[in-house]
Amino acid sequence: MGLLRVIGKRFSKNRLSIIGAIVVLFLITVSLLAPFIAPYDPTTIDVYNVLSPPDKVHLLGTDELGRDLLSRIIWGSRVSLKVGFVAVGIAIMIGIIIGAIAGFYGGKVDAILMRFVDIMLAFPTFFLILAVISILEPSIFTIMAVIGVTSWMDVARLVRAEFLTLKERDFVDAARAMGVSNARLISRHILPNALSPVFVAATFGVAGAILIESGLSFLGLGVQPPDPSWGNILTSGKDNIEVAWWLSLYPGLAILITVLSYNLVGESLRDALDPRLWGAEEE
Amino acid sequence: MLPYITKRLLIMVPLLFGITLITFTVIHLAPGNPVEVQTEMSLKVSAQAKENLKKLYGLDKPLHVQYVDWLKRLLKFDFGKSFVDGRKVIDKIVERIPITLTINIFSLMLIFIVAIPVGILSATKQYSLFDKLSTIFVFIGFSTPTFWLALLLMILFGVNMGLLPISGIQSIDVSEMGPFDRLMDWLRHLILPVGVSAFGGIAGLSRYSRSSMLEVIRQDYIKTAKAKGLPESVIVFRHAFRNALMPIITILGLSVPGLIGGGVIFETIFAIPGMGQLFYSSTMARDYPTIMGILVIGAILTLSGNLIADISYAMVDPRVRVRK
Repeated sequence: MGLLRVIGKRFSKNRLSIIGAIVVLFLITVSLLAPFIAPYDPTTIDVYNVLSPPDKVHLLGTDELGRDLLSRIIWGSRVSLKVGFVAVGIAIMIGIIIGAIAGFYGGKVDAILMRFVDIMLAFPTFFLILAVISILEPSIFTIMAVIGVTSWMDVARLVRAEFLTLKERDFVDAARAMGVSNARLISRHILPNALSPVFVAATFGVAGAILIESGLSFLGLGVQPPDPSWGNILTSGKDNIEVAWWLSLYPGLAILITVLSYNLVGESLRDALDPRLWGAEEE
Repeated sequence: MLPYITKRLLIMVPLLFGITLITFTVIHLAPGNPVEVQTEMSLKVSAQAKENLKKLYGLDKPLHVQYVDWLKRLLKFDFGKSFVDGRKVIDKIVERIPITLTINIFSLMLIFIVAIPVGILSATKQYSLFDKLSTIFVFIGFSTPTFWLALLLMILFGVNMGLLPISGIQSIDVSEMGPFDRLMDWLRHLILPVGVSAFGGIAGLSRYSRSSMLEVIRQDYIKTAKAKGLPESVIVFRHAFRNALMPIITILGLSVPGLIGGGVIFETIFAIPGMGQLFYSSTMARDYPTIMGILVIGAILTLSGNLIADISYAMVDPRVRVRK
């Protein structure tokens, strides 16, 4: 049986992971089709329908400017998707480069790079993110960059650990004996074999990035109104906490479901990609 | 034990140095400089006044000299003065630390009291209904935005039921209360913030102690204990739990940055005058001296947390001390 089929079979064995994967696909579809499925324009103000509770016209109610909550949540899913993927992309790139160099060359290079990782880990992440945002203008691009730049450390450690063991293997010696350059050795021979923990970390990373983005937008340091993001809708939820529970409940539920699905997928991906667990349950 | 602690302390020195370097770099990436930020409100500030301000912050000197100067003052915990109110940054931070620490200590206690029994129970009764329910709770705990949880609890207990206060750390009429009522008032204000900040940690630690416990249960000495016919409770608490506890201790130290950093959000929501809220307001005001100060202090607190974790780990596990 092919490797991919083994992994696919192991992944699909877990019912929760299937549900997680379906929800993830559903959310991606929703955000891609937002202009077509959102019942209203997410930024159209309707002063006659301010803070109206959920009913047949506005399924999830309206906010303090009469904007349709469901439409804002649907459009907000685009923000989460973009931030999640771009931020994690940045983090993975930095993490792979630093981890690969540290693990491949070892010695002093490794010591210095790993000290740098330790230093980055010593900052409470949220503090570091806020500090950087304080000197830049808050926007979706700032957020993607800042989350990426502050969350690559785990990936670097994982890649380094993989490289440390892989570089001792025979196929690396063989390639080296054939005169393959270090750069090619790292990128073509070792890296492809070191990627499976990175996939897992990336899936969890998307979940984490979505959580951080919503927190930052909630604090007014992320996506700026009138553009909807789940975090900044919750800000109006807080401002109207005494009168409009729906503004607090639904956007948060959207965050919870999204993050939960990515976490479920990540968890089963981890189990499926871990060869030590293979065969254990294949009675 | 002493050589081990000394070695751990020495490792911290280059880390602290790196932390200051990164903090300094981050803040100096700022387009414009503190003088521009301070004077952009009033365009009439004369060139002479700007020059004076630059001198005051030492901005006329080359960057590496500025860094060394800043480092020297840092050793005396002199972070300069806040742009916002001209008070010393260190005073502003120090007066905020007690409340943040109090909440963190309470929530760590809550995390340990709830999570460890849950973890042990799900491990000893693996695949039981309790284990499945707690696994679901763990996943939800990992995925819930804490500020949303805070909002929901505020609506439920504060707005709908009117049971708990939803902001600040004391009531307006606190001055008219006796000492006991005052304490109760304070505790009532802390229930929601502590609960919210502990939520994610409970999920994480119960998962962690579950897997730690599962690992231990498979060991040979547990089989031996079972073969000897020891009662289940003795095996779980005497033999297994003690060994499972060791990796759990390290989590204590590692959870410090998350707790401190998370404070930014829930202190802001609950209007608690702690370090997180100060950091948030400094960010909004671009109060760079305060931002730098809190970054450095936050990192020092994190390192101290790691240090405490390492030392307590070495205390319970002698092998750590001898290993190089």
